[in-house]
Amino acid sequence: MSGPLLKVEKLVKHYPLGDGIFNKDPKVVRAVEDVSFSVEAGETLCIVGESGCGKSTVARLLMRLVDPTGGRVLLEGTDIASLKKGELRDWRRRMQMVFQDPYSSLNPRLTAGQIITEPAGNFERLGRKKRETLAAELLKKVGLAPEIMHRLPSELSGGQRQRLGIARALSLKPSIIIADEAVSALDVSVQAQILNLLMDLQEETGIAFVFISHDLGVVEHIGHRVAVMYLGRIVELANCEALFAKPIHPYTEALIAAAPVPDPTYARLEVPVEGEVPSPVNPPSGCTFHPRCPLAVERCRIEVPPLVPAADGRLVACHVRATQ
Amino acid sequence: MLMRVSSEERIIENFREDKTIDNDVLLDVRDLETHFFGEESVTRALGGVSFQVKKGETLGVVGESGCGKSVTALSIMRLLPKMSAKTVGGEVCFHGRNLLDLPEREMRKIRGNKIAMIFQDPMTSLNPVYTVGRQIAEAVEIHSGASRSDALSKAAEMLRLVRIADPERRVNNYPYEMSGGMRQRVMIAMALACSPELLIADEPTTALDVTIQAQILRLIVDLKKRTGTAVMFITHDLGVVAETCQRVIVMYAGRIVEQATVTDLFSRPVHPYTKALMRSVPDRRRGKEHRLPEIPGIVPSLREPIVGCSFAQRCPFATEVCREKSPVLEEYGADHAVACWHAKEVVSA
Amino acid sequence: MAHISDTLTSAAAGRQPVFRFVRVARQRALVLIGGGLLLLLILLALAAPFYAGDPRNIDPFVRLKPPSPEHWFGTDHLGRDVFARAIYGARISLTVGLISALLAAGTGLLIGVVAGYLRKFDNIIMRIMDALMSIPTILLAIALISLTGPGIGILIVAVALPQTPSVTRLVRSVVLSVRERSYVEAAVCGGARLPKVLWRHVLPNTIPPLMVQSAIVCADAIMTEAGLSFLGVGVPPEIPSWGNMIASSRLYLATAPLTIFAPGIFLAVTVLAVNLLGDGLRDLFDPRAKRRR
Repeated sequence: MSGPLLKVEKLVKHYPLGDGIFNKDPKVVRAVEDVSFSVEAGETLCIVGESGCGKSTVARLLMRLVDPTGGRVLLEGTDIASLKKGELRDWRRRMQMVFQDPYSSLNPRLTAGQIITEPAGNFERLGRKKRETLAAELLKKVGLAPEIMHRLPSELSGGQRQRLGIARALSLKPSIIIADEAVSALDVSVQAQILNLLMDLQEETGIAFVFISHDLGVVEHIGHRVAVMYLGRIVELANCEALFAKPIHPYTEALIAAAPVPDPTYARLEVPVEGEVPSPVNPPSGCTFHPRCPLAVERCRIEVPPLVPAADGRLVACHVRATQ
Repeated sequence: MLMRVSSEERIIENFREDKTIDNDVLLDVRDLETHFFGEESVTRALGGVSFQVKKGETLGVVGESGCGKSVTALSIMRLLPKMSAKTVGGEVCFHGRNLLDLPEREMRKIRGNKIAMIFQDPMTSLNPVYTVGRQIAEAVEIHSGASRSDALSKAAEMLRLVRIADPERRVNNYPYEMSGGMRQRVMIAMALACSPELLIADEPTTALDVTIQAQILRLIVDLKKRTGTAVMFITHDLGVVAETCQRVIVMYAGRIVEQATVTDLFSRPVHPYTKALMRSVPDRRRGKEHRLPEIPGIVPSLREPIVGCSFAQRCPFATEVCREKSPVLEEYGADHAVACWHAKEVVSA
Repeated sequence: MAHISDTLTSAAAGRQPVFRFVRVARQRALVLIGGGLLLLLILLALAAPFYAGDPRNIDPFVRLKPPSPEHWFGTDHLGRDVFARAIYGARISLTVGLISALLAAGTGLLIGVVAGYLRKFDNIIMRIMDALMSIPTILLAIALISLTGPGIGILIVAVALPQTPSVTRLVRSVVLSVRERSYVEAAVCGGARLPKVLWRHVLPNTIPPLMVQSAIVCADAIMTEAGLSFLGVGVPPEIPSWGNMIASSRLYLATAPLTIFAPGIFLAVTVLAVNLLGDGLRDLFDPRAKRRR
């Protein structure tokens, strides 16, 4: 295959604030602004950022659960963003999603077996026998006993439910899975189980992941490359090791410094950022990080910094640091 | 731009703090047992929890969901849902009085005045129809009998204390006009308005983003130093514990499995659960490993009485005795206690 | 210590089945009493020809008579058997009540899903519903009937239409919350077509509240029908109905009170039965009511 598996070009999503006829509000929520990245087959790209940075909107745009305001999402060269609903169905098979909440992501009225075989059943007729074989096979893949297929989600633990969510995503044999905060709702010991499962699956099947998380520890563990988002834009995109070893963008630096380290003797970096994330309805001019940035200069207030290659090939959007 | 506090300084600082702790016990919890009553079953949320909070210290209570850390706090405060939960045994001694025996009227005086509590979601604990200034002022009025205008100026003062910019204007804000981090600051201001002797913080930063969390943690640590209030800090995040606490209790399935000073706990954890918990968190300082060490199995159901050690089913060290007899919390070195039959083997393993 | 807590536990646990029994029994009792009464009324109405006399048989010699073995509830001002008329009146009331409830529920479900899930014309639909709700039920029904003249068909439509907005709003709000749940999004991601998403994942959530609302609508519809018949715009006067029975007997309240009380009691019992059923269903389906004891 030529080119990357998934290529996102200048993706934009604005949500209107008014809701149509009676309430026309010209203001929009700038959820995603000019986001571009690509994912190779078998790779894990992590998107990390704080709440409201647009990372979940990116996930929904990739799956086209919402329509983009602008930009392209190329899956194996085909632009998903411009497909009609009928054609979209076929393309969705190659890209599946794992959701955050293991409770609300499973229909409480269906059994585990029904849930995980539903996607396959949408594309081919499954007899009872075939459905059960498939269910058992999928359950085995995610490390669950086949007996579970007759249980309801309410009878299962959070970790087991999240495994079902993964089994459902695997049901169509996709080449890429979007995992939106897939381990955030889980306890750490269960989180470790799920992370291991995802990494094992990748090793066995060569599946690619877009892994969205706010947890830097998890991202560092599972990611090959990492995109850091702030207020709808990617501010830094780099190799995982390089990013954590030496963050270049001041926001990345602050984010890493702010994460608590489970070691009381750890030499902690003083967190340099004050204040809170501004509203995406009325984002600051220029670099959106400038009001909180300790390095901000006059230019940052006026000009949006472009995402440009820095020394080691990573991409950084910062007027001050990118040129150093 | 970044100030690096050397690790040595940090240890010295911790050490110095340890020394300044007055060894007087502020809160003494003994054999606390709390049950939840469902339609068909009884959940033994707390199965005999004993610990002490010393004056002016920060005690961390850490564990995964369902381990009983929040129930412990609610039991102490007597804020359990009345219809479905009951503390069925044990005592909570505060200034020589058992809080569990106090009439509700007396207990109300202690809540807020002597022991204050902040929660994970500040929005549900703030009244949306009053300004934050009025809510803080009300707490001050009730507990200190100050006049309305004095209370209001005290409210602004409290907002300044929790580092809210422009406090004179902010007192007139409604909760919805504030961000999550700001609301948590207001909750802290409210809790500290009556200078309580103990502040119970139940996952106060869990709903916040990391950069905001860092600010709030720093604020809590600073305020504790300035006011000398003891803090009981409940969290699931070992990193948060390491940064804020002096002593730590590790809970599992409604029991305390280990108790130690924070440096001790992180440098030489003894209980197999504590060890496994620490290892299952991705940590860059261990180097990148392909597989995270996971804890096999799931937390046992608290609906059935647990025979023996509650961790036995998931524990690699478990033997016959673990499945039969419940281990008690025993001293294991100075200021370190652990509930494990095989503590020695686990340490040397 | 352990054994003290054990006894406490078992004492407390022993309390639980009692609570549970009371709660379940209460819910069941409401459903059983309400549903049973309603079923009884339906059977009585259906079997009317086998035991009740002819409700239209006019006998000028037995006008306004008190109860007797021939006329259990006495006779009205035209000498017609009040019992027979009340029983036959149940046919009209129940038919109009049940069918218009079904009609309102069906229409409301359809419009609610269109507005709530497809978000097509949501704004316009909901403003029309608001407008409909602002017109008093009886006035709206009279206006509709005056377009065609009286008849059972138009009566059902006239009774159902004012009830549709409440159902629509309910269904829309449920659908709006369900469509945000990630299992619905997961179904879309898994390639499920729209009818399947709706049928399998969205609609089942609307059924419990819809059943409860339908019971309320049904009770309301029965009252509306009686009101319209009382005013003379409901069923034609020759067909017995509780509304027109009360209307024609109101002059004889002093001399023959049963002519008014009989249809009045039937009306009250029917509405009560439907409301009890609705309450029972709500308790049964409402998870919050379940947790409360």
